[in-house]
Amino acid sequence: MLVLALDTASPTVSVALHDGTSVLASVTGADAMHHGEQLAPAIARALAEAGRAMGDVTAVATGVGPGPFTGLRVGVVTARTLGASLGVPVHGVCSLDVVAEQARAEGRDGTFAVATDARRKEVYWAAYETAGDRVRRTSGPQVARAADVAALLGGDVPVIGRGADLYADDLARGEGPSDPDAGVLAALVASGRADVVEPEPMYLRRPDAVPPGARKRAS
Amino acid sequence: MLRVSSPLVLGIESSCDETGVGIVRGTELLANAVASSVDEHVRFGGVVPEVASRAHLEAMVPMIEKAQADAGVSVADVDAIAVTCGPGLTGALLVGIAAAKALALAYDKPLYGVNHLVAHVCVDQLVHGPLPRPTAALLVSGGHTSLLLVDDVATDVQMLGETIDDAAGEAFDKVARLLGLPYPGGPHVDRVARDGDGTTIAFPRGLTGGRDLDRHRFDFSFSGLKSAVARHVEHEERMGREISVPDVAASFQDAVCDVLSAKTMKACVANGVEHLVVGGGVAANGRLRQFVEERAARHGIEVRVPPPVLCTDNGAMVAALGAAVVSAGLPPSSLDLAADSSLPVTRVVA
Ligand SMILES: Nc1ncnc2c1ncn2[C@@H]1O[C@H](COP(=O)(O)OP(=O)(O)OP(=O)(O)O)[C@@H](O)[C@H]1O
Ligand SMILES: [Mg+2]
Repeated sequence: MLVLALDTASPTVSVALHDGTSVLASVTGADAMHHGEQLAPAIARALAEAGRAMGDVTAVATGVGPGPFTGLRVGVVTARTLGASLGVPVHGVCSLDVVAEQARAEGRDGTFAVATDARRKEVYWAAYETAGDRVRRTSGPQVARAADVAALLGGDVPVIGRGADLYADDLARGEGPSDPDAGVLAALVASGRADVVEPEPMYLRRPDAVPPGARKRAS
Repeated sequence: MLRVSSPLVLGIESSCDETGVGIVRGTELLANAVASSVDEHVRFGGVVPEVASRAHLEAMVPMIEKAQADAGVSVADVDAIAVTCGPGLTGALLVGIAAAKALALAYDKPLYGVNHLVAHVCVDQLVHGPLPRPTAALLVSGGHTSLLLVDDVATDVQMLGETIDDAAGEAFDKVARLLGLPYPGGPHVDRVARDGDGTTIAFPRGLTGGRDLDRHRFDFSFSGLKSAVARHVEHEERMGREISVPDVAASFQDAVCDVLSAKTMKACVANGVEHLVVGGGVAANGRLRQFVEERAARHGIEVRVPPPVLCTDNGAMVAALGAAVVSAGLPPSSLDLAADSSLPVTRVVA
């Protein structure tokens, strides 16, 4: 087995390879953003570091967000095109689940939430609870203002992720990772513990566009 | 470095609202799979970038597969992958670029990021054979109005002039809206204008006189024309007169085609060019072709216009330019190729 995992739902591009036993290589983009530029070189580097070839890949996994649309799509279209080209399955996983799983693996227990940056003063978020070696999503993903998320969760539910870092005044920020790590995503998929969905972006928002109103006057 | 005489190239186009994947062998067209999201933009009266980008994502893999099936060729067999890396809508371009990189990685093929505008010119090689050197090109679409001098389509392209405001297709679309015609308006204006008289209203010809001509000899401007049409329509309404949509459409269309063809001829003569390619969606306009052909004939200039499916955005044109670039022995782009929304026409390969 060789799972190629990638996530572009956060400002950081993340790529990893997992052979069913362990993470063979994990590459993180050097700069924030620029997903379109950094993803393909990161994949090439991960393969080189692991000493594997593209033809060895048996499955592709991609974070499907929610996240800023342009970067997110880079990951999803890359995963779909690789899957179709290599003739291997493409697994989508909610990117918030990846952050939650890492928090669990690092020792977090009980009920918590994950929030990431949705821009426009909002966060993408979901609530989780741990159950043995798994996290279970109990609500979300959704997009909302941090203050509204706090009101909904109640004051004592810790929130982790970049959204909690950004809105530390509103949210009860807990210890944990800021962004999804493709190594965690790869392990989730390789172990069959992922809540797998179609490789389809979780947009959660409609495109910004308003149909034109009445004809504009020239003068 | 790769140098093949008739290279087999797959090209991907996603700069605006068409998801195109084409396959060519040198100057021979093998496949041209295109999906358009134009219908999804109709209610907005123009291309909404996020709507276009979402549609590209959905159409990309199906178009890659359709192109391979249509050509009876696998990506495994191609010599190179080409992709439009600009100019165009950044978010839209990124979908095609990411897909092209994924193909390059999966099949271990060289990747060439190429210029959309130059591809619009190069596509003519698939229909009328190698471009004579030099060739002038008039590109008229929803997003661009450019006059190019092409000495070598892979290595030497210069901008002679371009619009300083609206693109010609954009002007057609805006005027169509003023006249209550559906989006995209170009074909509708073209159709209704056939029943009109283009000499009825003397609409302005932008940048054709005095100091404008000194500074913008081969540039175009259509926003003043559009405003003039709006003022005319409003004035007639205020006077309680019903406008003749065919006459307004024909007069507007003649103004556009007159300027486009006149400046193009002057540019050809000034540069000693005897061959002209007209491309882009507006090249489908019958009146434009009539103007250009009549005036070109007077100057002994040969006019080449690719068929409409190759004039609007498509992947075959990108593959055609990719093939020209590979034949010229140019080095491939790197895997960190970026989208460049305003890629200058002088940069054929990024
Ligand atoms: N017969 C016609 N007469 C005039 N304009 C036309 C005609 N047919 C199409 N058009 C115009 O052509 C444009 C579409 O062309 P095309 O698909 O080449 O451009 P685009 O995708 O909008 O932009 P670009 O190619 O610059 O990215 C529209 O503005 C449309 O109204
Ligand atoms: Mg188009």
